[in-house]
Order: sequence, then structure tokens, then C-alpha cells
Amino acid sequence: MSWFSALYRSAVGKKAVMAVTGIILFGFIVLHLIGNLKLYEPGLYKAPGETGPGVRYINAYGLFLRHVGEPALPAYGALWIFRIVLLVAVILHIWAAWQLTLMSRAARPRAYASRPKIHTTYASRTLRWGGVIILLFVIYHLLDFTAGTVNPGFVEGDVYRNVVASFSRWYVSLFYILAQMALGLHLYHGLWSLFQSLGWNHPRFNHWRSGFAHAFAWIITIGNVSFPLAVLTGLVHK
Amino acid sequence: MNLTLHVWRQKGPADEGRMVQYEVKDVSEHASFLEMLDVLNQQLIGRGEEPVAFEHDCREGICGSCGFMINGDAHGPMPGTTVCQLHMRHFKDGDVLHIEPWRSRAFPVLKDLVVDRGAFDRIIQAGGFISVATGEAPEANLIPVPKPVADRAMDAAQCIGCGACVAQCPNGAASLFTSAKVSHLNLLPQGQPERFDRALSMVEAMDREGFGYCSNHAECEAVCPKEISIDFIARMNRDYLKAKAQRGMKTPLQT
Amino acid sequence: MATTTLDSRIPPGPIEHKWDEHKGHLKLVNPNNKRKFTILVVGSGLAGASAAASFAELGYEVRCFCFQDSPRRAHSIAAQGGINAAKNYHNDGDSVFRLFYDTVKGGDFRSREANVYRLAQVSLNIIDQCAAQGVPFAREYGGLLDNRSFGGAQVSRTFYARGQTGQQLLLGAYQALEKEIASGKVRMFPRAEMLDVVIDGRGRAVGIITRDMVTGKIDRHAGHAVVLATGGYSNVYYLSTNAKGSNVTAAWRAHRRGALFANPCYTQIHPTCIPASGDYQSKLTLMSESLRNDGRVWVPKQPDDKRRPDQIPEPDRDYFLERRYPSFGNLVPRDVAARNIKHVVDEGLGVGPQKNGVYLDFADAIQRLGRKAIEERYGNLFAMYEKITGEDPYVVPMRIYPAPHYTMGGLWVDYNLMTNLTGLYALGEANFSDHGANRLGASALMQGLADGYFVIPYTIGDYLSGHLGEKLSTETDDFRRTEAEVQERVNRLISIKGTRSADSFHRELGRIVWEYCGIARNAAGLQKALQLIPALREEFWSNLRIVGGPDQLNQELELAGRVADFFELAELMCVDALDRDESCGGHLREEHQTPDGEAQRDDEHFQFVSAWQWNGVGKTPTRITEPLEFEYVKPTQRSYK
Repeated sequence: MSWFSALYRSAVGKKAVMAVTGIILFGFIVLHLIGNLKLYEPGLYKAPGETGPGVRYINAYGLFLRHVGEPALPAYGALWIFRIVLLVAVILHIWAAWQLTLMSRAARPRAYASRPKIHTTYASRTLRWGGVIILLFVIYHLLDFTAGTVNPGFVEGDVYRNVVASFSRWYVSLFYILAQMALGLHLYHGLWSLFQSLGWNHPRFNHWRSGFAHAFAWIITIGNVSFPLAVLTGLVHK
Repeated sequence: MNLTLHVWRQKGPADEGRMVQYEVKDVSEHASFLEMLDVLNQQLIGRGEEPVAFEHDCREGICGSCGFMINGDAHGPMPGTTVCQLHMRHFKDGDVLHIEPWRSRAFPVLKDLVVDRGAFDRIIQAGGFISVATGEAPEANLIPVPKPVADRAMDAAQCIGCGACVAQCPNGAASLFTSAKVSHLNLLPQGQPERFDRALSMVEAMDREGFGYCSNHAECEAVCPKEISIDFIARMNRDYLKAKAQRGMKTPLQT
Repeated sequence: MATTTLDSRIPPGPIEHKWDEHKGHLKLVNPNNKRKFTILVVGSGLAGASAAASFAELGYEVRCFCFQDSPRRAHSIAAQGGINAAKNYHNDGDSVFRLFYDTVKGGDFRSREANVYRLAQVSLNIIDQCAAQGVPFAREYGGLLDNRSFGGAQVSRTFYARGQTGQQLLLGAYQALEKEIASGKVRMFPRAEMLDVVIDGRGRAVGIITRDMVTGKIDRHAGHAVVLATGGYSNVYYLSTNAKGSNVTAAWRAHRRGALFANPCYTQIHPTCIPASGDYQSKLTLMSESLRNDGRVWVPKQPDDKRRPDQIPEPDRDYFLERRYPSFGNLVPRDVAARNIKHVVDEGLGVGPQKNGVYLDFADAIQRLGRKAIEERYGNLFAMYEKITGEDPYVVPMRIYPAPHYTMGGLWVDYNLMTNLTGLYALGEANFSDHGANRLGASALMQGLADGYFVIPYTIGDYLSGHLGEKLSTETDDFRRTEAEVQERVNRLISIKGTRSADSFHRELGRIVWEYCGIARNAAGLQKALQLIPALREEFWSNLRIVGGPDQLNQELELAGRVADFFELAELMCVDALDRDESCGGHLREEHQTPDGEAQRDDEHFQFVSAWQWNGVGKTPTRITEPLEFEYVKPTQRSYK
């Protein structure tokens, strides 16, 4: 791993680590959204050969995640591999961000009396605090839907019920929506920024970078915000 | 026009420093910003006070000596302009202007608005050159350089080393400066033999000097008097990461 | 003081072989012995940086000094147009001989043929060297180097990097210098101003005294040779295109220690600069000479014509250059254009709020070629003009006026670039150089780099080889005495405690020199200046006010020291201008004009270099002459009709 530490030592290396872990986390967010869209799938899912009434699609999807890879892997095996990769990515992403923040503080020990003007986007300025909000949100989110400790009447495996139960409380939905907006800004800047950090730049596709960042930031934000809104408006109900 | 200035005054490197208020009367709108400070300084000398020290030399926007913050803008409010070419017609009567030196750990203040930018020279020393001793050069037209490449290299090579990029960067990074020199030389065929060593050494020199990191805010590009593009930062990152991938565990030659 | 005799050490033989022959016979320093020599290089512009880097590459120990915060800021950086070289890439008939010929003729037959020929020869190597360093010269679509015709030359021999050729060439030399600083062969002293040169009992330069501009500390540096590459003295005029910091101090201090100052009256006034806009004006900005390719120069025929320029009909305009010089028109050489512009402004025909300029009008060109073509050619210059004046030159004609730009005079040097003081060299604009009485466009960069890269590295070895094993010491009486004198001078400046700032003296001095020793001179004016300058100098030394002490960063003290030297230089310029009772190149004596109003040389009496010897403040200097011989280019009267 010494090549990694040699790379990581430099600021450019740290940013590359943030970009790569960012891509992993972005991939997860996209998959997560695709999975959650099953909330809107009408009817019930029946596995091949199953005779009962079937389960809601999103619950079936949850089941799939827990058992994917069987029998080659034990139950929850693939899920845990996935979780570990995500956890490592999150830790590296935050650790690098923390160290870079310290570096940036050290680089300007004395602040300006007259605050420097902002000439570019505010998205980039919200990156750091946006990240903190997102982290707090993720912790709550895990307690809500994975551990279930803050979910009223949590039923393991009944994703549909848990979602509706949680989002029926307006303040939870509000928090969720705000967190998704922070995520949107974070993604917008992050998705553009990673091209810079990894040096993926070419006159032929440079103008796509911003379009790509815009598009995905909006898709993810709109998609994720739609869930609590759907519950609050009664579109999705028990 | 009449102006109220709040100027950073600091006697020397060890002095604590403070903002001091001055009134400047009857400034001509045709004067440059530095000429306005000249007028202030003549008034101060007349009163027996020490004039405001600021760095300047060519006063035509090319030597890179001048530069300070005006109300939170490096080189003031006009894009693509150094303070020596900034003219007072862009301000209006009664304006209150806060004038501060570049703030960066790597640019210690020497006096008032004068900072030490020796860190930039040391970054160049790390690899910002092509090793060709006098007399070693082949006939100039032996190595053709495609026009678009030469033009692109020139875009980067225009950097005047003023330090505005560092000053405006929320992280105090020197990435635009460093990447401009890395890109200028790494784009050209003549720069290829040392391309990856250059990227490694210069990036690491930048860290060593205590500059911050680049979080792609593009503030540097917005205030750069030569409007150098942050595309060069991506290019530098790419060369650096490629070099790291190729060299694997080896650390670059210390220069 | 004993009269110095001048030995220019021009090698014998046909001109095309002189330099090669000379190089073949110069003594060498063994590679292992080079590290035993220390060379002090003062100045880090094109000449200084290229010399310092080249010395270090050869193996010498080098100390390099500049007053700026970094060697990259030297004023060479501001040169716009380009650099000449006789590459003949365009197959248009250029050659070393033609470049040599044009330069000698352009200099109005007041330069040394052998030096100019060498300059033309090494111009070829300069382009090779700079291209290899990564200077991003303009290219053609095939990837080969592009050239343009510049300053009225009849061949395309000018290499350029947009409008920033000086910047790119300087950065090339700077990068080579930084590489050697990293290797430890060069010790760089930025923010260090040379305040004196140390001469030992045998008249040899053995070191310099500097002031650390941050701490005020006076330091001694010993070297086996001292190389001055400290630029020109246009700032004697206060308003010039030079950087604010450009000064004559290093050269002048050497002059006061016995180095001869040659042809101080040869100054170049560039015709196309933006006129001053008020009494706060701190410097003048050059607009590239290339503008005259498409711009037409005119003034209204009636003084005080209040109409907007576009409202003035053709019959009421005087295109005075086109009228007087039908064949060259607006493209007459710099000195001719400058003189004519001054003439119409003096007649009260000037335009602009201060009536201190003439129009440079692009309306015809825009109509003929379209705005787009003009934008492509001059877009950056037009933008710069608008930035400074707030006027859009696409709509309102530009206003221009001449401004001091370059000084051909400087320290006298022999063929090896050594001054008359042993071990003291002068390079680039600091020496009296190869440009005679007038410099051609794109030749300053060429000369600076020729001296630094390809001349001094050879010639200095010839001198050093005779001094192997000599130990350097700063603990000598010569050093102690010189340092004490420097210290005394600093203290004296600080302790005057008068009422006027150095800047106000400088402004007033500049006005005098501009008025009487500027574009055109005459005996009565020069005599008047020779009374005004000493009087003002005396006021300076009794009424100067410097706020702040010597042991700190003190920009007032720096300026005062430079202004003090400008006073003495200004006097010498006037003495020289009065003494040179002829017109040549940039030196126009109104008494000596052809019936058409052109410079009238007097080859019979003045075909020589005037090298002046210092005799003390206020004392008449001694003129020593070096006769000039023209074997290859026969002197003729320039004509641009």
C-alpha cells in the first residue's frame, strides 16, 4: 500500500481519492434511487413458482438484496461486501475532506478583513457543510430504515410500510427533503469537480462535464424528494 | 471623486498590523489605481507619515509585481486586469475601499501590501524548466510544434506570477500558477522528456510551500489577470496521477 | 585622473571571420577549475538571467542580484513586438549580412561594425536556444516557426510570441536560471540593490556592495568578475515606457568608480505611446509599433478645432506623415515619426483634453478590411488602449504621443563586453551596445540574449583564466572603504529631512530633461538645462524628505538613491548632447538638419563614440573618443521620402 500512501500524501492525491470514492458513492446513490423507484411499482411481485399473493415490489427488491449471490455466497454476503466497500469509501471520502480542510485552514492563517467575493457558484462553497448535513442524514437514514430504531413500529423486511410510516411525519419528510437538496448541490459540484481532480479534461467533452453534473444532480434530487412528497400527498399510502 | 480607503498597514514581518483609514480627495477618474495610491502617498509624505508600501514595477500589467485585494477582489473588480491597469473610472465618488495584501501562509507579509512570493520561484525550481544548457539546442525548426499546441502552451505560459489565484482561492491553493507552468512545458514536444518528473516535483513543491488544495471552485480563473483557464489544473492533475501510476512506489527525485 | 586610452580589442581579419577567429584564440578555464571562480551578475533581465544561467551551466559559481522580488519581473518582460534573427526561413533574401547592414544603417552609422556583425551571427543560435527551452513562439500551420516583418524591415525576420515576446523570452531565461539556483550553482539575491562596485588598488572590479531591501542591511559580495546587466536609463525622463523601478544606479556607480559612460545622449523616443492624462501620471504605456501598419496619423488643420474627430471632414485634416514622406508615409522610422509628432503638437495642433497627442486613426482600415480583420490584428492592443483611456478605438481614433523607450548609450565596453575597468562587464541595454544612435525594432531582445547566452560565456573565461587561484575576501580595505561610503550616502539621504519627496524632484528633473534633451535638442536649451539641473540637484541634497528609517523596507529611500544618480546622469546627457554638434539617429540637434528637416550627420567630425570619464560632482567630465570605421557599410544619408 505504500504507493497509496505516497499518492495520498499530496493534495492532488487526496483529491483523486475523494474523486474515486465520490464516484463509488455516486454509483450507490444512482442504484439506490433505481431501487427506491419500486415504491411506485403498482401491484405485487410474485417470484417464479410462488403461489401466494406475492409481495410489494420494493419489499421483493429488499429481499433480493439480502439474498443476492446465494448460494455461492451466504445470505447477506453480497450485501455486506457492498456495505464494506461503501463504508470504506465513505471513511476515505470524509477523512480526505477533513485533512484537506485542515490544510486549507493552515494555508491562510490570517483571514481577510473584507471577505473575498464569490465569483463562481455557491454550490462549491456549500460542499463542506453540505457534506456534514449529508453525513448526519445518512446516520438518521440508517437508524430509520436499516436498524429501525427511530422508525415508528419498524417491521424488518417491509420496506414499503417503513417508508410510509416514516414519511407520514411532516418534519421527517422536511428534514429528508432538505438533506436531498444538500445532496443535490454536493453532487452538482462533486460530479463536475471529479473530472478536474482526475484530470479528465479534453476540449471535446469539457462542455459535457457541466451538463452531466447538472443532469444527475437534478435527477437524483427530484427522484429522492419525490418519495416523501408522494407519501405526504397520499400518492403512496398504506 | 473622493474616496475613503481602509488600508492594511504593517511595519514589518513581525508587526501585528491593522487597517488604517485614509481620505483621498479629488481623484481623477483617468488615474490608475496605483496612481491614486501615489497621490495618497505624496500626501502622507507631506504630513511626515510613512507612505503605504506596495509592490509595482512595469505598470502595464505584465511584470506581475503588483496586486492586492480591493473589497474582497484580487486586483479589484475588473476581470482580466491587474491593479496597475485598473482605472478609477470604475469607481464612484464616495466609495469605501478596503485594501489588503494577499493572504497566504506561503506569502508572508513584509510590509503593508508587500508580500514575499519566493514560494513561486521555488516551485519553478522544482521542475518548471526544460533542461537544455546554452549551446545544446538543435536547429529551431527541427522540432515542429503544431500550431494549436503552441497556442495552447502560450495560453498557459502567459501567467505573470502575481499570486492573485492564491489570494482569491478559498483554500489558498497555488494550483492555477503551478498548473500553468506544468502545462506550458508539458504540452510542448520539447517538454516531453521531463514531463512526468516535472509534474511530480512541482506538485509536491506546491504542498511543501504550504499552499492549500484545489477544490475546483474556479475563483482563481475568475480573478486571473491573464484569464488562465482551470483546464490546466485538470491537465496537471492528470500528468501527476499518470506519473504516480507509472512510477508506482518510487518517490520523485528531490530537486 | 590619468587619461584612459580605449582599446576596443576588435579582432583582425574579415568581418565574417572575426568572431570565430576570436573565439578560437580566447583563453579557456579548465572545467575542473571553473568552480573556483565566482561571478557576480547584477540584474536578471534577458542579459543577466541568460548570462547567470550560462555561467552556472559551465561550472562557475554565480551570485545573481535583482531589485525585484523575483528575477522573473525584470523589465525585459514588457517587450511586446519580437526578436530578430537572420534565419531567412521565409526565403525572402535575409542573411546575416543583411541583418548586420540594416542594424548599422538603422543606427545611423554610430555603432561598431564588428560588434553588430557578431550580433547578427549569433541571432541564429538565440532562436534555437529559446525554442529548445520551450518558448512558445508563434507557429505556422505546418508547425514551423512563424515570422513577421517589423518596424519597416523589408524582410520577415521577427520571431514573436503573441504580443508578449519579451515575457516569454525572459521566462525562458528565468527558468534556466531557476534550474541552476536549484542545483546550487547560482545563489539568487532578490530584493537586493547594488549600490556600489568595489575596485581594488590595481583598478580591478573585485566585488559589489548591496542593500537588502527588506532589512536595509548593507552587504559585501566578492567575485572574480562583476557583470552588470542592469538595463537602460529612460527613467531619467520620469515619464517613460520603462518600469517604475528601472534605474541607472548600478551603471552610474560603476561610472563614478572609473567606468566610462558612452554616448549618453543617444536615447530612443518611441512614437506610439498613450499620451499623459494628468499630473498624477506615473508612467507611459507603449502601443506596439505595428499599429502604424494600418493606422493613419493626423491632426486637425485648425488649432482648437472643437469638433469630434469623426466630424472633421477630410479637407480639414492634416495627414502630416503621409504629406511629408509620400513613400514611407506612416511607416517612417521611430525617430522620424516621433520628431514630426512633437513638431505638430508644439505648433498647437495637438488633440485630446491636454492637447498633447495626435490621432492614430483606423477608420479607413476598418472600412477597407472590416472590423473583424482589425480585431484579429490588434484586438489585444485595442483592448489595452480602452482599459487605460476608457475610449473605444474602433469608434474614436486613438491618441498617441512619443515617449522615452530605450537608451542606446551606456557603459563603454570592448569587443569582449568588458568595460575599461578590468573584470567589470556590461551587457544588454546597460552597455553602449550595438545600436549606434538609434535601435531598430525587435533588436533589443536579440542583443540582450546575444550578450548573455553567446558572447560573455566565451569572453569571460579569457579574463578569468589569468586569475586562477586568487582567493576572494570581503575583508579588505577596498571593501571596508566602499561599504562605509555607501553607508554614509544612505545616512546622508535619510538625514536631509527637508520638505520635498524624491518623486517630486524626479518629476521636475524629468520635465527638464524632456524639454531640453528629449526628441529634439539645441545648444541654447542644453546650456539652460545644464544650469537648471545642478540647481535642482542642490535643492535635492538640501531639501529631500524621506520618511522612515534605513533599516527597513523603505521605497522612498530606494527611489531617492536612484533619483540622486539620475541627476548626475542627466547632466552628463546634456553635456554629451551639447558636445555632439551634429544630428544622428535619435539625437536630433535642431541646428543640424537637412533642408527637409532630417537629421544631418557630420561624419567628418563626429564619427566616433564619446566615452565620458567621471571627474566628480559638478565637474566637467573628460571625453575620450573611440573612432568608428565603416569598411562594409558605407555611411549614407538616410532618406524616407
